[in-house]
Amino acid sequence: MRHTISALVENKFGVLARIAGLFSARGYNIASLAVSETLDPSVSYMTIVVEAEDEKILEQIKKQLNKLIDVITITDFTKKEHVDRELILAKVNYSAKEKNKLENILNKYLAKIIQHKGDAAIIEAVGEQAQIRQLLEALSQFGIKELVKTGRIAMAY
Amino acid sequence: MTGAQILIECLKREGVEVMFGYPGGQVLPIFDALYDADIKFILVRHEQGAAHAADGYARATGKVGVCIATSGPGATNLTTGIANAYMDSIPVVAITGQVKTFLIGNDAFQEADVTGVTRPITKHNFLVRDAKDLARIIREAFYIASTGRPGPVLIDIPSDVQMQDTEFIWPEEVKIRGYNPTYFGHPGQIKKAAKLISQAKRPILYTGGGIITSGAHLELKGLAEKTNIPVTNTLMGLGGFPGTHELFLGMLGMHGTAYANHAIMGSDLIIAVGARFDDRVTGRLDAFAPTAKIIHIDIDPASISKNVKVDVPIVGDAKNILGQLLEEIKKGPDTGEWLATIESWKKKYPLTYKDGGKIKPQYVIEQIYQATKGEAIITTEVGQNQMWACQWYKYTHPRTYISSGGLGTMGFGFPAAMGAKLGCPEKIVFDIAGDGSIQMNIQELATCVANKINVKVAILNNGYLGMVRQWQELFYKKRYSYTKLYNPDFVKLAESYGAAGIRVSKKEEVRPAIEKALSIDNTVFIDFHIEPEENVYPMVPAGEAINRMLGGLA
Repeated sequence: MRHTISALVENKFGVLARIAGLFSARGYNIASLAVSETLDPSVSYMTIVVEAEDEKILEQIKKQLNKLIDVITITDFTKKEHVDRELILAKVNYSAKEKNKLENILNKYLAKIIQHKGDAAIIEAVGEQAQIRQLLEALSQFGIKELVKTGRIAMAY
Repeated sequence: MTGAQILIECLKREGVEVMFGYPGGQVLPIFDALYDADIKFILVRHEQGAAHAADGYARATGKVGVCIATSGPGATNLTTGIANAYMDSIPVVAITGQVKTFLIGNDAFQEADVTGVTRPITKHNFLVRDAKDLARIIREAFYIASTGRPGPVLIDIPSDVQMQDTEFIWPEEVKIRGYNPTYFGHPGQIKKAAKLISQAKRPILYTGGGIITSGAHLELKGLAEKTNIPVTNTLMGLGGFPGTHELFLGMLGMHGTAYANHAIMGSDLIIAVGARFDDRVTGRLDAFAPTAKIIHIDIDPASISKNVKVDVPIVGDAKNILGQLLEEIKKGPDTGEWLATIESWKKKYPLTYKDGGKIKPQYVIEQIYQATKGEAIITTEVGQNQMWACQWYKYTHPRTYISSGGLGTMGFGFPAAMGAKLGCPEKIVFDIAGDGSIQMNIQELATCVANKINVKVAILNNGYLGMVRQWQELFYKKRYSYTKLYNPDFVKLAESYGAAGIRVSKKEEVRPAIEKALSIDNTVFIDFHIEPEENVYPMVPAGEAINRMLGGLA
């Protein structure tokens, strides 16, 4: 099962390697990882989506992360009210003939074309994982040539 | 001051009296500063020896052990010793030279990404990029190494940082926002634990290295005696409870006593203190102690419920928590019937060996125990020698049994003995070795002789890599694949270094040889030619439940 956790960490070189190294050394799986600086430039915020078969493994992951000296706090969103989003860029086949059909779909998912050139358009969408999945299903009829996703980012209330 | 001078000044302020190491190109400025420093420096013959010596010093004294090596191969040679300290939670600060900051990443001569290499085997590590950060980093390194669950910390210092001039500012306090160990047990959890203890019928204290780290041996003895609960130790826990005490069951696990294993398997309450339910202790996990509730006291939250599910977790320092429990428990449970059952196991399955024929290794260790009146510091190598040292010497004080528990590093015992002797010069220090293990760091004979470090080494020489041979005998149809050893003449070898050597091949010579070794003011190798195919029993085959012991003796 997938769980979203966040880590506030020291914004220093090597910290990402410590986190990634911990996951690989202990055999945990990262489904996605997003890292950025926070308002305080000495602190980075990581949103980590982990694969954990059971509660015990999730607990271990959190405890092991907490043991890292450069980790300031860990938040587990599993039982916490929160919002999460991911951003995608998708390059789809584009023709004037199907423009309206495409735009109807995009409107429904609050997605938009940010650029089109010749027979391809790059689409941007932001949403929860389920919405993004539905959008991609809907877009598949046009033919998706390329897809890039950010990892999930999450924030608690 | 230069970075190197700041380093030495900081080491002095941290109370470092002795350090172990080996010079090289990228630590020349540090060695130049060491030349005038009033810190005792022990020049080893291989960097691995320096790391193990610092580790042995730390285990014997409770202080932080310090080792130093140059960049590249010097640093990578330290890594086995660092990993060893990490697995056993030993406070060590390792200092390595690094190529100049502007060369880092250029595949410079003797460059290795040492913070990268040691990331998974240190509690924390630092690469110093500016001498201005050096004093703070050294303070943090000693603080991190010695607090919470201790462990090794590495400081990688490029040689230009060692030469950089800057103002020395000693940070008065250390504050690390991501590092706040818990020291006192949660009162609610203490109450719950106390209740479980007073209601238990078949309780057992299962205690590990945490007792020794936190200095909780008196509290443990107090709790065991107040509640009449028997005590079993892990390998790391030996010495944390008197080996001669009537409530003591010896070590448990793969080569533990049969009665300790039966007791933990039959218990209804396990009080685990500073131990981590390692696979060598639990055997087959799903069959481990099926009827027991578990109270787990540990300073490392990640150790709790890692391998076994725990009913009452208590995070904190063992000494504090056992003190809290002693106060909370007014009256212990009635364990009379339980202790009688254990007594019958002790009678039925005693720890024993068949004497006769060639010298028995168990006999050698019994004789070392008697000759040293149980007051020596024993270090061990890894394998059969280590297990016999666990079984046949009774440790009555903390920090007297020094052995590579988690990593199982052959070649640990001899340099660790050096470190222990330097930390505790008034103590007799005996390394119990095998003929295989001793050759893994035998070069430290030169270090011992040159620095007049008087340690005794008992080589239990069976001409085999004994423990592997034992497994081959039992599980691989006696196909002794590459476990028979050609050995040097250990007596001549010791003598060629200026140490003393004694060969013993008859039982009646064992005790006189030990007495003679103790009377010589020098490092002594005693080469005991023992029964070549003697096995360590009892033995739980890997993956079996720990009450399914082999040996016919259990």
